Amino acid sequence: MEIIKPAVQFLAVMLLSPLLLGVINRVKAFFAGRRGQPLMQLYFELFKLFQKTPVYSRTTTWVFRAGPVIGVSAMVTALAILPFAGRPSFLAFDGDFIFLIYLLGLARFATVLAALDTGSAFEGMGASREMQFAVFSEPAFFLGLAALARATGQSSLAGMFGVLTGDLWRTAAPVLALLTASFFIVLLAENSRVPADDPNTHLELTMIHEVMVLDHSGPELAYILYGAALKLWFFGSLIACMVLPRHSGSWASDSGLFLLAMFVVAAAVGVTESVLARLRLTKVPYMLITAFAFSALALIFQVGR
Amino acid sequence: MHTFAELIIVFIILLDLALAVTGGLSSCIKLVALQGVVAGLLPLLAGSGAPHPRAVVFALVIITLKGVVFPSLLARARDRSGARKDVEPLISYPASIMLCLGAFIASSWMGSRLPLPETNIAWIVPASLATIFTGFLLITTRSKAITQVLGYLVIENGIYIFGLALFVEQPMMVELAILLDVFVAVFVMGIAIFHISREFDHIDTAELSELNDWRRGEYGK
Amino acid sequence: MIITLMLLPLAAGILSFLIRDDNTRRTLLLWTARGHFLLTAVIIYTTLALGFVFIGEPPAVVWFDYDALGLLFIGITSLLFLGASHYAVTYLALEKRDPGEDADDGSIFNNAPEAVFTGCLLLFLAAMTAVTASRHMGLLWASVEATTLLSAPLIYFHRHKRSLEATWKYLLICSVGIALALMGNLFLGAAGLKTGSGLDLGSLLAHAAILDKPLLKAAFLFLFVGYGTKMGLSPFHTWLPDAHSEAPAVVSALLSGALLNCAFLGILRVNAVCAAAGLADFTGGILILFGMFSLITAALFILGQRDYKRLLAYSSIEHMGILALGVGLGGGAVFAALLGALSHSLTKAGLFFTSGVVLACEKTKRITDVRGLWRRAPRTAVLWLGGFFLITGMPPSGIFLAKFLILKEAMAQKHYWLAGVFLFFLAMLFAGMAKVFISMTFGEREAKPGEKPFAEPAGMLVPAAIFFACVIFLGLFMPAWLSGLIQNATGNI
Repeated sequence: MEIIKPAVQFLAVMLLSPLLLGVINRVKAFFAGRRGQPLMQLYFELFKLFQKTPVYSRTTTWVFRAGPVIGVSAMVTALAILPFAGRPSFLAFDGDFIFLIYLLGLARFATVLAALDTGSAFEGMGASREMQFAVFSEPAFFLGLAALARATGQSSLAGMFGVLTGDLWRTAAPVLALLTASFFIVLLAENSRVPADDPNTHLELTMIHEVMVLDHSGPELAYILYGAALKLWFFGSLIACMVLPRHSGSWASDSGLFLLAMFVVAAAVGVTESVLARLRLTKVPYMLITAFAFSALALIFQVGR
Repeated sequence: MHTFAELIIVFIILLDLALAVTGGLSSCIKLVALQGVVAGLLPLLAGSGAPHPRAVVFALVIITLKGVVFPSLLARARDRSGARKDVEPLISYPASIMLCLGAFIASSWMGSRLPLPETNIAWIVPASLATIFTGFLLITTRSKAITQVLGYLVIENGIYIFGLALFVEQPMMVELAILLDVFVAVFVMGIAIFHISREFDHIDTAELSELNDWRRGEYGK
Repeated sequence: MIITLMLLPLAAGILSFLIRDDNTRRTLLLWTARGHFLLTAVIIYTTLALGFVFIGEPPAVVWFDYDALGLLFIGITSLLFLGASHYAVTYLALEKRDPGEDADDGSIFNNAPEAVFTGCLLLFLAAMTAVTASRHMGLLWASVEATTLLSAPLIYFHRHKRSLEATWKYLLICSVGIALALMGNLFLGAAGLKTGSGLDLGSLLAHAAILDKPLLKAAFLFLFVGYGTKMGLSPFHTWLPDAHSEAPAVVSALLSGALLNCAFLGILRVNAVCAAAGLADFTGGILILFGMFSLITAALFILGQRDYKRLLAYSSIEHMGILALGVGLGGGAVFAALLGALSHSLTKAGLFFTSGVVLACEKTKRITDVRGLWRRAPRTAVLWLGGFFLITGMPPSGIFLAKFLILKEAMAQKHYWLAGVFLFFLAMLFAGMAKVFISMTFGEREAKPGEKPFAEPAGMLVPAAIFFACVIFLGLFMPAWLSGLIQNATGNI
């Protein structure tokens, strides 16, 4: 098994993922008619935060400190499994997509526990909202991956995206289109993007994800920001693999195309955020139920085929 | 080519789901019109080779009726009734969409059980059954008279798609008679909606409950 | 000839929208009804004289033609319409003079324009003629739906909110029901795909043996639910009591006596195809089940009824149940069912006509508010009570004969349970209705202050009296040509 190429891929993911947020912000700024932040803004912020000393509230315990670390490690592990441009990574194995979902769940669990550990009612509210939406988005995601596994007949993510070629798009276009739509909605919700949540808002009543991490500071906040960027990469690369079924055989050109696709996905997120208004909090589950319906439809289509 | 037809079928199902969650009366009217147009296009797009001229004429009639005439009739009825802009469902939207999904699962099961002749478009039978179910859902769980008419039209769309699936060639005369009936039905219902709004100051059918067997004799007191 | 029969009311209907003068329009209505009846009589006579040979192997698709069954139903419809038109002329004149007021809130009715009423009445007749003559299931469907749409404005004659509610329920429930029947038609077409017969009735019957059985069953179920909704079989009957109670009496009479039969004809047509394909047991079971259910529902709802027009409506549900039961049992009961259809139409129309007079006299539909009718309107009271005896099946009447024959057939087929339940609920219906009719006819009447004596309008009572006389006559002596026609019609089921 090759070592060099997966290592390079992994390194590229680790390094490039904060750039996605930069792209999104630039697209949004373009739509708003502003110049916007520099593309590398998140790198600067991470650099700044790592130099700071964290501050801990006296009521918190080790759970609070463990949250960000577990979160970011879970995401790093997940990305070590996720295929890159349809090629297997280090840790690919049969059935890895189930493991991936559990890793995402673990990251969420750690974040929520850390938020609850502060003892603040405010963060508790955020945690409750986060879990409420997870109840809807996780089944949608899981069903979607199940449908994909069924459509491709493979049980590892690398296998699925390896089989996913233009031919499959010709014969099973409805299923794949539904799945792409479903994954995109899940991406928006899981990464607290606009119709579900607004990453820029600090208005207490409407915050979901941001409110949980308010008490974190210094390197731990940096871990959280970095974890969020990795998560965005994770979902973005799923969609990029879905819509980019071409495999030329050449590693360099495939990877280049894939990276381009990633930035297109990021731009698409930026456009979505610019043209849509944030949904009312009670309407967010409807959006996720729609994603669930898409995944379920795709699965029914695939099973009954 | 069949993948294209399949995409249309998926689109029709998605329209069903959209109808189950759409709250705006105007968007509901538009969605039903869109579904009618897509259903009308289906025989032209799904067939192999150039469509028969008769089929083209017929598709044009259907598209004009379902895409232009019905929506404008219903929009007029809505404007003149001064109804509120949302459909006021009796059950929540998530429940609606879950029912719709359940209906789709049930119809794909039924579609596989029905001893129907082979169709060349996958999913057309479940899609038509699901559309019919959605129509019933609209009729039973939405309180406005106008949404009940919409439900009726959705049922009609579903039956039309079902007819396509079975290749039942009806003579032109019969098909035109059916269309004429549907047209007059919508027309008469539109007039009735207008009268309902004038008589009751609303078009909420949940309030149309004076006639029954048990509370008889209470009215007018 | 058949085309003329349909075109006559159609043209007259369109014409009556254009005529401005009320009297001319009423004359037109009368003479169209008479002409229609005359034409029907001629068609029945010529066909009877020639025998039923004309439906053999048609060279091409025949859209409209009459077999014995169609002739029987068009005969009923035409006769009923003849009576209704005479009734309507008097009724419209009365309404014109005094639109009347609602008994409950005292609001004066703002009646629909007479031109619309007459026009729709005539077009309704044209649609029903088309139903009875259709030899193509698709056309039959379209005609049945047309009857719904054309009769909806008739129910909304009194522009009152209750009649509007009834109209809405009628329109929506029946349209959705009929939509299901369309689905049934599609199944029927799919069942006959191999034979290439489409939905042509003659061709379907000829190729019945090679139709796809499971699809045919599905077709029957959908058509049964669809036309059953229109026919008022329980549990699809919910529109029926509302529409019958809120419509003007003449419309209720037509709905009950003619329209329900037309819907029944739709079921009979598909039943014939199923029977020819060897599915008679399947269809018979369903017909018996829903027939009994309708009978039971009607019996239960009649007990607590407070509105006499609703009571009559439930009685119609009962009789539709009996018709379905008769056809479901098969054998001699089919003859009984058709005889029952004929007698029920005449009797119920007569009763609705009388109920219109009662309403005009007492200004209320509430049973408890009508007492001692025989003092105030003796002739009406006699008809009202007489109609009650006929409709509940007291001998001598056609209805008695029909019920008796059905009971006999049930016993002959060893359905003792069925016969017992049938008899029990008939007795219950009789008891429930007797209480109402007797208390309305007799009982102590308190004279309301300032009440003017009521002049019974002869034009509204004579049609009812003639219909009742016909039914009694049917019970005593059935002319050979009629029993021959019904006997032939049973061959078409």
